[in-house]
Amino acid sequence: MPVIKFIEFDGTEHEVDADDGMSIMEVAMKYDIPGIDADCGGGAVCGTCHCFVEESAGPLPAVDPQEESMLGLRPDRESNSRLSCQLQVSDSMGNMIVKLPEFQM
Amino acid sequence: MAAGDKGHLADPHTTPLSELDVSDPRRFELDSWQPLFERLRRESPIHFQAKSPAGPFWSITRFEDIVAVEKDTETFSSEPTIAIIDPPDERRAPSFIAMDQPQHDIQRRAVQPVVAPKNLLEFEALIRKRTGEALDSLPEGETFDWVELVSRNLTTQMLATLFDFPWDLREKLSEWSDAITSDERMTAGTGLSREERLLVIEEFLGIFTQLWHERKGDDQESFDLIRLLQRDPNTANMVDDPLNYAGNLMLLIVGGNDTTRNSMSGGVLFLNEYPEQFEKVRSDRRLIPSMVSEIIRFQTPLPHMRRTVTRDTQFKGHTMKKGDKVVLWYCSANRDATVITNPDTFLVDRDSVRNHASFGFGIHRCMGNRLAEMQLRIVWEEALDRFKHITLMGPPTRICNNFVRGYSHMPVQVTRV
Repeated sequence: MPVIKFIEFDGTEHEVDADDGMSIMEVAMKYDIPGIDADCGGGAVCGTCHCFVEESAGPLPAVDPQEESMLGLRPDRESNSRLSCQLQVSDSMGNMIVKLPEFQM
Repeated sequence: MAAGDKGHLADPHTTPLSELDVSDPRRFELDSWQPLFERLRRESPIHFQAKSPAGPFWSITRFEDIVAVEKDTETFSSEPTIAIIDPPDERRAPSFIAMDQPQHDIQRRAVQPVVAPKNLLEFEALIRKRTGEALDSLPEGETFDWVELVSRNLTTQMLATLFDFPWDLREKLSEWSDAITSDERMTAGTGLSREERLLVIEEFLGIFTQLWHERKGDDQESFDLIRLLQRDPNTANMVDDPLNYAGNLMLLIVGGNDTTRNSMSGGVLFLNEYPEQFEKVRSDRRLIPSMVSEIIRFQTPLPHMRRTVTRDTQFKGHTMKKGDKVVLWYCSANRDATVITNPDTFLVDRDSVRNHASFGFGIHRCMGNRLAEMQLRIVWEEALDRFKHITLMGPPTRICNNFVRGYSHMPVQVTRV
């Protein structure tokens, strides 16, 4: 079972066990991690589950055009920006460190 | 169709769908739109209507279909416009909501900082002070118009702040906002003619052009919308393209005004219709943010957005032709029981309450949604501090419009704590 470490914008850390098949967004919601809003519930159409993937044990899936178009509107976009609803937890992706942004919009 | 003609609305249950005008704004004025849309979701969720005051168009009424259309921006363009009616060709005023990528992103990014968290934090204290003053000045023991004294008053002040607009002239902003959305073709003839609307656009463009030139190069560290446009290299000369400047101003005026105003009024109505929900919030203030999302869902201040087909396509078994209009009925998506449980009930502690259609989906999702939510949250926090009851004294007057779902008058009495 992969372990995800969420780091809030103010530095508060939350380390949680993640179930295979859940998205990182769903893991954050399950453990009430502050900083992810996830308005649309996982459709990559609201952009409010933005996160920064600092580390992952395995490779991440590529950003698809829909995710890219939402990330493109983020003023705080970085090269490791992702929508957490588009990242499924799996053993191959392994443990991860995920930083949360200052705000969702 | 004569203005105010309410006698000839066909029965939405029994009339053949082919004979019903889905866009008829009088159903919003009478608040009788739900049965028609419920029937469309069931019988004809992707529905073609050959004739209407706005010409032929498709109606999309299910939540998931609307999301699918909004994701496919290559097939379903936001150009030339996002309302059911077409602008006059020679005076088309393009705004970023009615643009596709990449131009949309460039112009939206220029003004987006106005609703960035840094700005919102600064706004919060100001909004709370003004809200408190407006609520303190309400008369007690007599009936007054909540729309005028609260909703319109507060959203006009907010809009003046966003533009750093001359304070004494701020009422103009709401007048312009009303005029922009009152095209006679989407108000069953009750709105303004094309000539009247063009005069309004000339007036506000004149004032905003003057403001632009007064501010250009003054280097003030202000985050008002005009200076944001001036500061971004991509939009720094927008004043030289007056129609594009006018288009974006109209978008920001309507986007920052009608929507929040009507949700501010709608909340009062819903809490009167569902008094047990009001009690729930009064006894647990932590429900206010959730209630705000529910108000925005239940109100759906903008009932539709429109897309235009860019290439012949098949959508869920229907053949759509290049140039076809596709109208996305957000008001219907927000009542779609396949996504929202018990959708016709107003519920302040609903699960997944933020997952509604009122802000749209994808790249055009409402830019000011966090600001709108904050304004509504503050109104209710301050109102609950002051009032035991906010009692509706008679039915509200609704506007006759298929693009803005709102109220012109709402008689209310308040009882102080």
